[in-house]
Amino acid sequence: MGIKVVKPGLSTTVQDLGRPGYYHIGIPISGGMDRLALRSANLLVGNPEDAAVLEASFMGPELEFATDATVAVTGAELPPRVDGDERPTWTSFRVRAGQSLSFGHLKSGARAYIAMSGGVDVPLVLGSRSTYALGALGGFEGRKLAAGDLLPIGSRRGAAEGRSVSPTLRRGPAASAELRMMPGLYWHRITAAAGKQFFADTWKVAPEADRIGYRFRGGHSLEFVPREQPFGAGSDPSNIVDACYPYGSVQVPGGTEPIVLHRDAVSGGGYFMIGTVISADLDLIGQLQPHASVKFVPVTMDQALAARHDRHKVLDAIRQAL
Amino acid sequence: MTSRYSYGADEHIFVECDEEMSLEAFFKSLSITKAVREAQINGVTEICPANASLQIKFDPDIIKPDDMMRELKSIEAAVGQVHSTLKTRIIEIPVLYNDPWTRETLMRFRDRHQAPEMTDIEYTAKINHLDGIEGFIKAHSQAPWFVSMVGFVAGLPFLYQMVDRKRQIQSPKYLRPRTDTPKLTVGHGGCFGCIYSVRGAGGYQMFGITPMPIYDPNQKIKYLRDFMCLFNPGDIVKWRPIDRAEYDGICADVETGKFAPKMANVDFSLDAFHADIDGANAKLTGALNGH
Repeated sequence: MGIKVVKPGLSTTVQDLGRPGYYHIGIPISGGMDRLALRSANLLVGNPEDAAVLEASFMGPELEFATDATVAVTGAELPPRVDGDERPTWTSFRVRAGQSLSFGHLKSGARAYIAMSGGVDVPLVLGSRSTYALGALGGFEGRKLAAGDLLPIGSRRGAAEGRSVSPTLRRGPAASAELRMMPGLYWHRITAAAGKQFFADTWKVAPEADRIGYRFRGGHSLEFVPREQPFGAGSDPSNIVDACYPYGSVQVPGGTEPIVLHRDAVSGGGYFMIGTVISADLDLIGQLQPHASVKFVPVTMDQALAARHDRHKVLDAIRQAL
Repeated sequence: MTSRYSYGADEHIFVECDEEMSLEAFFKSLSITKAVREAQINGVTEICPANASLQIKFDPDIIKPDDMMRELKSIEAAVGQVHSTLKTRIIEIPVLYNDPWTRETLMRFRDRHQAPEMTDIEYTAKINHLDGIEGFIKAHSQAPWFVSMVGFVAGLPFLYQMVDRKRQIQSPKYLRPRTDTPKLTVGHGGCFGCIYSVRGAGGYQMFGITPMPIYDPNQKIKYLRDFMCLFNPGDIVKWRPIDRAEYDGICADVETGKFAPKMANVDFSLDAFHADIDGANAKLTGALNGH
């Protein structure tokens, strides 16, 4: 028993908490870009936190249910509708066999997480149901959903209707954001003035913002510390001997437009990186819309760990409440 | 060669073995990552060797970043002298150089190239002072190449040519990356060769195409049933130039499950290699023919 995709939305994929362990051969972790929203959606419908859900970017799909299920939509403010009647986000509701689930216009954020009791039951590939579209791996046939797809749903008694995550525990995506970053990696390749300017500038999310990475525009070009390029690196001052890229790392090809790598990261390459966005702020990136304003804020390891701890506390509070 | 350590925020440690590429830096990366894997440190989730660097991903809720850093540095110290021998395998990759598909693609992106009036092979032959396409194919396919990193996308090998530095082919990347590259294109950027495992964006020069798949997420291809990616860092590759008829034949054999890649187990010694590069390479490639 499952769900039929009537309209797929812009880019809707099956995601869970990802596929660690294969980055050394170029297969990224994948999974929901906003992990807290994904876990919350699963908790709301009574699933294990790591069950597979649908991640819908910017626009919701239209789905026809062939089975009863408890559903919850978290993350972006993308209002769900059951047979046309609006339902609240971050709250569980029932959908009966034969009913359709569609969505209104996106109000804020970028990615909504649609959990269904039982979870999306596509096959496990390398231990995960997440879609890695670039490698045509996992999820539903290794790709984003298309009209006519039939999604299998696991059988599980759903949680009751009306369970909700308190608004104080939701991280509201805003029109502007601060991304905390630890300078490092190849930070020494830029001048002190360029480094200062980088944190002073306001950046805007470019249209090239997807699961692989987010590109930013609008700040000053970086000035490099002159050097003779090492053998094998390539001639541009932003080139390095191809190396592995951390998740959240900030590369700046040509010194012009920073790119922050995300869950479907390319695992390595030949562009220098000036640091890494801390783990606590990766979820937030997944909720940034193109043109959103962003400032990068330098933090220390202690601050990064404290921020991570704060995020854990929020998740624990959501678990307690549900 | 002193390693440089840096945190990649709270979940990664990045270790640059050397700024420049060399087989020594690569072997150091391999040795350290192997030792980290054997140490089975609780909290480590990814161990990634790269050309001249490596990266460890860890869960800071399980192991504190400072402790992880200390562990890594003590592992590097314990590894001490880099292991300079490697039990590995050599794999023959058939290549149709100057093929119609990469040619069609490179013509579409001429405005992003350094020398729009030439093809990528002609350009790379010229700047490396090689005698045209024939001279290029000879220089590219004669000596074997090390798989010095796997990544960018799933299963894509970065390849390092096993000749002395002055004979290594070098070429810049495209001025602006292409938005398209045929699947299984044999490419080159900086001093590194590669095989594009999937179709997609790319900035490397394009020289040819192999009929032999190296990545199969569906694991239908016979030799990729055990694992979907063919390559591991430390594998050795030998290109074999083929013509269009053989290319078509191999494609058909892959389709019907008749094709099996030619490969052999070999022992590699860095010291023996440096003592006699051509001799060591002849021994390696000889193993492919049962010698």
